[in-house]
This record gives sequence, C-alpha cells and structure tokens, in this order.
Amino acid sequence: MYSFDVENPETVADAVAALGQDEAQALGGGQTLIPTLKQRLAAPSVLVSLSGIAEIKGVSADGGAVVIGGGTTHGTVANEAGAYGALAALAGNIGDPAVRNRGTIGGSLANNDPSACYPAAALGSGATISTNTRSIAADDYFQGMFETALDEGEIITSVSFPIPEAANYQKFEQPASRFALVGVFVAKYADGVRVAVTGASEEGVFRWSEAEAALSSNFSAEALNGLSVSADGMISDLHGSGAYRAHLIGVLTKRAVAAAS
Amino acid sequence: MTEVTMVVNGKSVTKSVKGNTLMSEFLREELRLTGTHVGCDTSQCGACVVHVNGEAVKSCTMFAAEANGSEVKTIEGMENPDGSLGVIQQAFQDHHGLQCGFCTPGMVMSAAALLKDNPKPTEAEIRDYLEGNICRCTGYHNIVKAIMAASGQDVTSIAAE
Repeated sequence: MYSFDVENPETVADAVAALGQDEAQALGGGQTLIPTLKQRLAAPSVLVSLSGIAEIKGVSADGGAVVIGGGTTHGTVANEAGAYGALAALAGNIGDPAVRNRGTIGGSLANNDPSACYPAAALGSGATISTNTRSIAADDYFQGMFETALDEGEIITSVSFPIPEAANYQKFEQPASRFALVGVFVAKYADGVRVAVTGASEEGVFRWSEAEAALSSNFSAEALNGLSVSADGMISDLHGSGAYRAHLIGVLTKRAVAAAS
Repeated sequence: MTEVTMVVNGKSVTKSVKGNTLMSEFLREELRLTGTHVGCDTSQCGACVVHVNGEAVKSCTMFAAEANGSEVKTIEGMENPDGSLGVIQQAFQDHHGLQCGFCTPGMVMSAAALLKDNPKPTEAEIRDYLEGNICRCTGYHNIVKAIMAASGQDVTSIAAE
C-alpha cells in the first residue's frame, strides 16, 4: 500500500470537513477499499473512516419504510431489518460472516460494484438514498458501473426502503468470489412491480421494464413466459458469456417471483 | 502516525501506528501475537479472524487505526485463565480438528463467534458459518465435529471421514 493517514471522525460534520482535504477518501467498512489499496489501485493521502460515526448506524422502521443508516453493517441489517424480510435475507448472504461484520450498506452503494447485491435491493425497492446534503431517488442514483450521483466528499447517511407487499432476491453466485454472477430483486408494491438486475450488465444495475409490466398485471412466474433479455451489453467473462447471463436473468426472475413473500 | 489505544486479550495497549498498518500486522509485528495467521491477505481464507468488540472480523482487512478504543480478542485470549486450553481449543484437540494447523486460529475464532450467537448449531449451520474460513488441507469434517462437540452436542452420530 502507499502511505496515508487514517482519521476517525465521530460526527458526519467532522467527516465532511475531513473529506475536504486534498486526495481524501471515505472509508466505510473497507471490505472492497482495503483490497483495492493493497493492489495500489488507489492512492489517497487521507482515509476518513466512517465506522466511528454513531449517527449513521442502525435500522429503524418508519411509516411503511425500513430506514438503514449508511454506516450499518450487512450483519446488522441481516439481524435487524426483519420488517423487510427480503432485504434482511439479501444482507445475510453477502460475503461471509466476518465480511458482513465490517462491510456497510453505504460503502456498497457508494462503490456501486456491477455485481454487488445492495444496488439491486435499492433499485428494486425504489429506495431513497440520503446524504449529508440531499436525498436521491434510486432511479437517479445509479449511473453505470462504479458510477453514482454522489459528488466528491458526499456521504450516504441513510437509505430508506419502502416495504413491499412481497419481495425476493435470487442470487446466482460466482462460486469463488460469492459475488452475484447474476442477481435479481423482485418487489411487488400496490402501484406496480419492480425488477432490478445486478451482475449482468456492463452498465451496472438496471430495471427490467418488460418484466415489470408483465408482473404488474399478473404477478406469477408464468407471466414471464416468452420474455427474454438481449445479450447485447451484458458482461462476458470467463465465468459466463453475455448470453448465459441474459438467460439467467429470466430464470432468476421467475424463481424470485415464485419465492416472493 | 496515529496513536491507538485498545484492549487486547484483556490488556490495554497504546502504540503509534502508520495509517496503512493492518490489524493483522499490528497484532503480529507490534504486539508479537503471532497466533493470528495471515494466509491469503485478500480477505478470502479467514486464518486472520479475530474479534473486535465481540464480532469476528478479518484482521487483514481492517486498519489498526480503525480499532482505536476497541476491545480485541485473538487466539491467544482463548485459553482458560489457568493457561489450559479453552473449550473450543480442547475440542479441536480431542477431535483432531486440525491437520497442518495453519487455519486453526481463524477457525477457532469463527467458531467462538458462531457459538456466542447460536449455542447449539446444526452441522449445516456450522458449515454455512465457516464459508469464510478455508482449510487448505480440506480437513473440514473434524473441524465441524469439534465445533459440535464444543457446543456440548453428541458427535458420535456424525459419520467418520
């Protein structure tokens, strides 16, 4: 690793001030950033650790939504977000137990890895991502592989997930990394169904609008018969071709609908 | 350099560390607690698992500076106060839950974290919980058996390897 300092602010205000320094970077749980630093793919001068900020941790249920602090670990979401079962289950399947004790929802969403699980839940639920300066709808937040609407130095303080009538997440794991080779999050709300796909597209997480329309009029796996996703723009690598990933989207969406509760 | 203070295995330590000092490096090279092993250094193998504020974490993927003010437990802190092996360690010995032994510190620390939350795990729950701990000797069978035994369960019904 290159050399850098680590600062441990205890409030969002202090963290924002610290991030104003030259070449400063926020450090969430570090489960992606630390391996990146080890490979010398990043060279910050200061890392501003967000893990000591109590005000951005915790899970609460509030008027039909589950609100999760940006610094909340996957393990805590798995244990405490029971009001939104599909979300808790998704969190409990990220990485392994020790990784889930460090990795945070804010870190995952800020990084927007094209194979991460949380982006599918946020987009599939129409979540609202709140930062120290504003609130951003999930539909506006994800802007391509590793790209988000966040500005330099902006910190995710909380994420609000409207609780659906039924939902499920299906992850087809890449067995070595346990990231999603393809993951599909389906959520049924009173005003329609949302289907978000991670792991597949070169543009990162996206909504499968054809499936949403079909499922909104008939919420059953059969409603998806005959629908397919084009392999154009799908990630193609040694773990699976674009056509394979496109096929998996259909399969996993059906499974998610069948399992939704 | 940042000054950090933490309680490691019941003893308070204060040291000056560089920002990029990993927790695993701090434990092994500053405190000479070499029971914590570094297998892959990429967060895959789990040989470096320690407890920070009671939770299992991979010490190769955390900075020492982030542990300021926390309570840390390593494999050296798992023995009984009289110096004899702790319950989980003893079960690993009794059931031959190690072959080369390299992964053992992480296995024991993960097992302790599991048993704290789930005092009587099933075999499937143990195998699921250990997904982040790799035994390169592939000696999982007796590791699982040792953890079941450490939780006070009868392991005679578990098939021999």
